[in-house]
Amino acid sequence: MDFWFFLIQVLNGVQYGLLLFLVASGLTLIFGIMGIINLAHGAFYMLGAYLAYWLARTTGSLGAAVLLSLPIAAAIGYGIEALLVRTLYRRDHLDQVLLTYGLILIFNEATRMIWGADVHGVAVPAALNWSIRLTDTLSYPVYRLMLSGVCAVLAVGMYLVITRTRFGMWVRAGASNRDMVAALGINVKLLFGVVFALGAALAGLAGAISTPITSVAPGMGDSVLILCFVVVVIGGVGSIKGAFLGAMLIGLADTFGKVFAPDFASFTVYGVMAAVLLWKPRGLFS
Amino acid sequence: MNRLPRRLSLLLLVLLAALALFPAWGPLAFSAKYAFLLQKLTGIMILAILAMSLDLLVGVAGLVSLGHAAFFGLGGYMLALLSPQYEAANAWVVLPAAMGAVAAVSAVVGFLAIRTAGIYFIMVTLAFGQMGYYFFNDSKLAGGSDGAYIYVKPNVEAFGITLVNLESKQAFFFVVLGCLVAVYLWLRVVLASPFGRVLAAIGVNEGRVRGLGFNPMVYKLVAFALAGALAGLAGFLAATQYGFVSPAMLGWHQSGHVLVMVILGGMGTLFGPVLGAFILELAHFGLEAVTEHWLLPMGVLVITIVLALPKGVAGLLLQWCGKKGEGEP
Repeated sequence: MDFWFFLIQVLNGVQYGLLLFLVASGLTLIFGIMGIINLAHGAFYMLGAYLAYWLARTTGSLGAAVLLSLPIAAAIGYGIEALLVRTLYRRDHLDQVLLTYGLILIFNEATRMIWGADVHGVAVPAALNWSIRLTDTLSYPVYRLMLSGVCAVLAVGMYLVITRTRFGMWVRAGASNRDMVAALGINVKLLFGVVFALGAALAGLAGAISTPITSVAPGMGDSVLILCFVVVVIGGVGSIKGAFLGAMLIGLADTFGKVFAPDFASFTVYGVMAAVLLWKPRGLFS
Repeated sequence: MNRLPRRLSLLLLVLLAALALFPAWGPLAFSAKYAFLLQKLTGIMILAILAMSLDLLVGVAGLVSLGHAAFFGLGGYMLALLSPQYEAANAWVVLPAAMGAVAAVSAVVGFLAIRTAGIYFIMVTLAFGQMGYYFFNDSKLAGGSDGAYIYVKPNVEAFGITLVNLESKQAFFFVVLGCLVAVYLWLRVVLASPFGRVLAAIGVNEGRVRGLGFNPMVYKLVAFALAGALAGLAGFLAATQYGFVSPAMLGWHQSGHVLVMVILGGMGTLFGPVLGAFILELAHFGLEAVTEHWLLPMGVLVITIVLALPKGVAGLLLQWCGKKGEGEP
């Protein structure tokens, strides 16, 4: 086992884990804290990717495209919360499953209608399109490092916002007792709308910045969605720390699974999940 | 589970009669498309059996499984694995063997999964379902991701006489219809039994059931194995119908699809999920005929039903019967 090869796998695993965390952290807010089972979360990831692809072609700059796609994803998220999700807070969880399942169908078909069924790719921006040489034969692309950096900064930022700020306190309080927080004079409707929009924007951002390393295709959000639920659940529902650890675990398990047991790569992820939940039925942090 | 209101029973019987007589009126109404529709309806009835089996878990016991299709697929794969390549398998042997194997696997999965509850239960069942999917997708046991064919349909015979020729689409339609009715009636009996009462009570308040001295784990486990075996039956029928099995039968998309049928139709009513299966599949079929972008109106339809009918289609029907019933002298 070559050390550098091993290091690259670790880097890939961590990078994938950080990206998963970025999507999963939005889901943690919506699902873990607000208690909405949002199957459409993966659709925002896909939306972000498509917006980035489309805007990058229009503006010629991936950076500008990513920045522009953020407010669009947030606005669409806010609109969906205000129009549809808002009516379901007091309803059964399974109604939320059904509603957001309907949203997935609409999102997937709408993207297919707008951008076609073809698989698209986005080029790595020229400034970042180089690699760090590790040995004579191995090198590591800078774009992936930058991706990890962005995700790591956002991860820390998210954690601080939720645990240290007044806004985070409102969100946590609103999730555990909506009526009490409303009685304290906080506009819970607006608050939840903003949280939903924030979650959508985080998923959209993850989709947008990952376009150079994945392919943009209809339905691309579905597999990410399932992995995010896996991450949130093994971490312990509602725990940002847990989501981070869960994302790392799944990112590394997936990457190492693909390298060492290619025939059972996807099996590894679900095996890890089953093992964690059989050991700790309520997730790692709960 | 209480007796259904008479008005609803009548409605369901009329629908059942219309379905059972389809081979009589179908050719007149649809002529050229009849053969295709007959197969379509057979497929929907198979999914309806699967939806009912999931309703036993989701609607009655409150166990939301997102891996139920794994047992459906396993039932199908059992037929593919047990069938000799170019000969007919004996249905009297392969069907019990398939359902028994699926029941055994679901008992093991259930034993591990019922340790968790709520959303964690959903996720553990999802994990096991996906493991089943990748097991058949990645292994060379039965064709891997390409799936496997069943070249000759199973043989249903007694003392050397063929009782039903499953190669006949019409005969198979009636076999599946018989299974649908039998599973429905059998589940009604199960739910009316002391076992079913305790199970339904677990769905409402597990703590109280434990307080009464029952062990909820045993009931949940038996329900999980039962639901698994019935899903296996549906998978067996599906494999017989299409003569083909593939890993997609086990995937989470399939599980989610059936869960949508159950919720849309109305949980815990048994007939609701059957209606859900018909509504969803016929809407799919109808919309597909109109536009290639049928998923878009389908999504709108699903969302509209959630917002307009909190208890699903069955809830609407029960309300319709209940209100009229109360108004009568």
